[in-house]
Amino acid sequence: MSILGNRVLRVEDPKLLTAGGTYVDDVELPGAVELCYVRSPHAHAGVVSIDTEAARRAPGVLDVLTAADLALAPIVQHLPGIPAEMARPFLAGDRVRFVGEAVAVVLAETRAEAADGAALVEVEYDPLPAVVALEHAASGETLLFPAAGSNVAARIAPAPAPSSAPGAAAPGAEGSIFDDCEVVVSERFVNQRLAPCPLEVRAAAAVLGEDGRLTHWSTSQTPFAVRQALAGALGVEEGKIRVIAPDVGGGFGAKNGDYPDELLVGVLAHRLGRPVRWCETRSESMLALGHGRAQQQTITLGGSRDGRLRAYRLEVVQDCGAYPLLASFLPHLTRAMASGTYDIERVEFESVSLVTTTAPVVAYRGAGRPEAAAAIERAVDRFAAEIGMDPAELRRRNLVGPQRFPFENPTGTVYDCGDYAAALERLLEASDYDSIRAEQAARRSCGETVELGIGLAVYVEITGAADLGGEWSAVEMLPDGTAVVRTGTSAHGQGHATAWSMLVSDALGIPIDAVRFVQSDTDLVARGVGTFGSRSLQTGGVAARQAAERVVELARELAGELLEADPADLVVDPGGGGIGVVGTPTARRSWAELAAAAAERGTPLRAEVDFTPPGGTFPFGAHLAVVEVDTETGGVRLVRLVAVDDAGRILNPLLADGQVHGGLAQGVAQALLEEFVYDAEGNPLTTTLADYLFVTAAELPSFESLRMETPTPRNPLGAKGIGESGTIGSTVAVQNAVVDALAGRGVRHLDMPLSPERVWQSLAATG
Amino acid sequence: MGVKIVVEVNGTAQSHEVEARTLLVQYLRDVVGLHGTNIGCDTSSCGACTVLLDGESVKSCTVLAAQADGRSVTTIEGLAEPDGTLHPVQSAFREHHALQCGYCTPGMVMAVVSLLKENPSPTESEVRLGLEGNLCRCTGYHNIVKAVLAVGATAGATAGATAGAGAAAEAGR
Amino acid sequence: MIPAAFEYRRVGSVAEAIAALSADEDAKLLAGGHSLLPLMKLRLAVPSLLIDLGGVPSLSYVRDGGDHLAIGALTRHCDVERSDLVRRSAPLLAYVAGQVGDPQVRHRGTIGGSIAHGDPASDLPAAVLALEATLVVEGPDGERTIPAGELFLGFLETSLRPGEVLTEIRVPRSPGGWSFQKFNRRAQDWAIVGAVIATAPSGRPNVALVNMAATPVRAAATESALAAGAGTEEAARLAADGLEPPSDLNASPEYRRHLASVLVRRGLEEAAARDGAA
Repeated sequence: MSILGNRVLRVEDPKLLTAGGTYVDDVELPGAVELCYVRSPHAHAGVVSIDTEAARRAPGVLDVLTAADLALAPIVQHLPGIPAEMARPFLAGDRVRFVGEAVAVVLAETRAEAADGAALVEVEYDPLPAVVALEHAASGETLLFPAAGSNVAARIAPAPAPSSAPGAAAPGAEGSIFDDCEVVVSERFVNQRLAPCPLEVRAAAAVLGEDGRLTHWSTSQTPFAVRQALAGALGVEEGKIRVIAPDVGGGFGAKNGDYPDELLVGVLAHRLGRPVRWCETRSESMLALGHGRAQQQTITLGGSRDGRLRAYRLEVVQDCGAYPLLASFLPHLTRAMASGTYDIERVEFESVSLVTTTAPVVAYRGAGRPEAAAAIERAVDRFAAEIGMDPAELRRRNLVGPQRFPFENPTGTVYDCGDYAAALERLLEASDYDSIRAEQAARRSCGETVELGIGLAVYVEITGAADLGGEWSAVEMLPDGTAVVRTGTSAHGQGHATAWSMLVSDALGIPIDAVRFVQSDTDLVARGVGTFGSRSLQTGGVAARQAAERVVELARELAGELLEADPADLVVDPGGGGIGVVGTPTARRSWAELAAAAAERGTPLRAEVDFTPPGGTFPFGAHLAVVEVDTETGGVRLVRLVAVDDAGRILNPLLADGQVHGGLAQGVAQALLEEFVYDAEGNPLTTTLADYLFVTAAELPSFESLRMETPTPRNPLGAKGIGESGTIGSTVAVQNAVVDALAGRGVRHLDMPLSPERVWQSLAATG
Repeated sequence: MGVKIVVEVNGTAQSHEVEARTLLVQYLRDVVGLHGTNIGCDTSSCGACTVLLDGESVKSCTVLAAQADGRSVTTIEGLAEPDGTLHPVQSAFREHHALQCGYCTPGMVMAVVSLLKENPSPTESEVRLGLEGNLCRCTGYHNIVKAVLAVGATAGATAGATAGAGAAAEAGR
Repeated sequence: MIPAAFEYRRVGSVAEAIAALSADEDAKLLAGGHSLLPLMKLRLAVPSLLIDLGGVPSLSYVRDGGDHLAIGALTRHCDVERSDLVRRSAPLLAYVAGQVGDPQVRHRGTIGGSIAHGDPASDLPAAVLALEATLVVEGPDGERTIPAGELFLGFLETSLRPGEVLTEIRVPRSPGGWSFQKFNRRAQDWAIVGAVIATAPSGRPNVALVNMAATPVRAAATESALAAGAGTEEAARLAADGLEPPSDLNASPEYRRHLASVLVRRGLEEAAARDGAA
């Protein structure tokens, strides 16, 4: 019986539970120089002068470097269309563009001395107007990069839809896509800025070996990208650099990218010939690790009074922060799934990505897709309220039917497979939707001050898109009877060591603990892209599985020779015995014997596979949230969160459930608690975990998680990604629930986070 | 200016001279060399640095090493039996998949050990409130709570069985 | 994360602490450290000398003082919370101590440290106000007592004089109804607004508020309205009268005023219910 699909405990855990992981800041590096950055307290300012004298004289300080001392070219982003003038420098030169941007770096013998030295660096600034509001950024009144001529980092123009007149006509105007709509609703939503907050902040350590090769430890989700960036900065071949991402304490998308303060560790170790290390504090991390979301959306949704949706328009203004990193690209993902799970004939999308004097925005769990789901799911609820239809019924009437796959949505994205209606019905049944509605009505009729709210979301998302590349994997059987699997992906909590070991152990018929898992080391792995966007299993996992299957083929050939049998008669012994003739236990060669024989011949039992899927996969599901809203205080309590998720064939339900739970919690957190706030002058106000409301166990219920499995045809495992689904559905389900609770009191929309004061204000406003 | 301290760490007496500003977590990591205890914030919010001080959970980022002088500290490295047998909380965390990236785990486990010492069979709400000082970004706490409740249920069952046995013995007299 | 350098001295007696404190105006007392060390790590507090009271074991106790309860200043929140004596004689105080921070904080933080810090957003200062507690302090000029109502002068400013050490908190026995309504967004946070209701020796409810002014403060208008015979709802509506609550990310002053009324009303109702039950 195959181990695949079973609940298998993690091989990662024993060490993590007894000694703790080996994170970057745990790497022993005797004699390392410690770095501490001097960061700008201004959102936007000219840098007039930097006086490093006092710092240089401080005990233990070895050097203080500024942009002029570094003489490094800015970091070029590998994203299409970003103005070259907006490239990010390693240290700010003549201008700082957000609070927390590094202007100088102090090198000292100890971490404490580096911090003391940094406090002594005197920087003279000439303040410039901050650009925080997106309207201000769009106006171009104040430019972050005067040479670029505008604050626009990227744009998606509305595609002329075949059924509509060219150009973006206003809703209701002549020739608009809403012409035949009896009902049109329009609303502006803010999908607020979040701090990703992996529990491990960023750290780096680097040492130049006697062989002239640099080893750089990184808290990255993409070690190969770090190697490439370091090679570029140092002007050396990638082969001269080894990047290792040891245990990484969560990333959620934010540890995917080229961070100058991290790369500088490797650069300085190379230049100094002395080991260098750095670890940011949480307060620094809140400022300098990329943020997430930060979209302003205007939706217009039209349809008939009997609940048929016909046209949808989504306009997005994406806040990129001070330097256009991945955020400039996020609207592409929002566009690709703008119409979500609904069969809406006409969809228009346009976006503009703007730079502002705030921390750069990057990927954060879902990256562009939770934003799309929030917009359409909120819009659908808004439409349902407008026509007085139950939101579940409106959804039911408009979902893309299961017979329509592969389904090309109006923005040109081809969904692989799905049964959205089944997910919705399963959810309604599991949650006992009708009973909750009845309780809601009962509470309302007796005028209770604590209202009940029910929120739905039926989502689809995109994982493992082919344009992000495939993954490499190699499997080798060793003469000691164990196997090594190497992968180009780079797990940081997802449990790939367990998952990949299962895939290999199942193919080779060996115990899971006879598989050694290797990742995240550019010397031990040939090539790789990394782990983000819920792509790993369907790329790297498939590659590992296929490599293992090729090893089996090689071994059968070899065993055929050794046993003088037809390879076609040879099978893998699922009990770990190796390969032998069907039904003849004596005619068998163990894996150790086969590997030894192969080694003797100089042809090890080793196979490599690069697997690139033919297209992305489209996990889907339906989430339902039940909240209680105290209308006297505005306080919201999440009572239930029920989730039906379909990520195709599940390899290990233990891991899949864990991914869903984490995603659900982050969704609730965005809906109810979290927001990274800047004031009008660009001062960050949520710079510690005391101010930024990271969700805790006390604010959450236990989740009710159900699974559907609709295998994707786009990879042989039938697997889709499950890393982000939880967040994508739950965020807007909770938001919808709060608005639903207040619907009887005249509230039509509320932006996230649904803070008690915001809820109370909305009630005060509607009287 | 150094401060001389003697601290029992995981059963072994450690004697060092430290800078006054050295935090207990920095002492454990950088001086004693135990890297299991992690630092996740600088405002005593996240609990990643939780260790037991004289058997009770504390945030070791908000205790000076000097304040631990003469006292005993237990870290994640000192929790399992010397023969490697996992503490029931460690086992339950593995069994219930209560950890992902592992970064909050040492602090979370120590907080749970302390919680269960004070309240051996907590309700779900007591567990959730009892862990309010420990942040986890990966698990959504769902499986952590499950793991703690599982240990609590075992403790409750054991206590119940003992009580039951006592009652039976009494009845037999 | 790393505090600026400082001198450290562990003292063995209150007298030693007073002497050290009097000799250096930038010195700070260190008890549990849960108010001070976080500020020092962000370098928002930069004391020259820390005087660690951890070696003064005689300051951690709960004693029956006859008409009052005497609690040593170094008694930790968790010990106040669990003490049978406190639970019997001043159940409000035991409950409030259990609401401070999180379990780890309660294992280190002390009642004296929390009160002497005088943070208007902290729970215990408001509780001692409502309970009409008396604070015993020792200083260069000997021992004196301060009624809780005279302790909090301004934002993080108390009537403790230079060189004085808070040694004991005396809480009148408070057998009547009580309530603590703490409103926050996450359990581990400080209260956005809190309302503490205690029964005064006179038998009437005392009402103190958390995070409604620069100091912990009594809801004077509510108390006088109640004394004048106003109903709960009416009196609660006056909770924020004359107060200038702070504005921050979680709440505007207007919202705080509203919350104060709601929480005071709920608190008075709960206290009355408890009183009835008792």
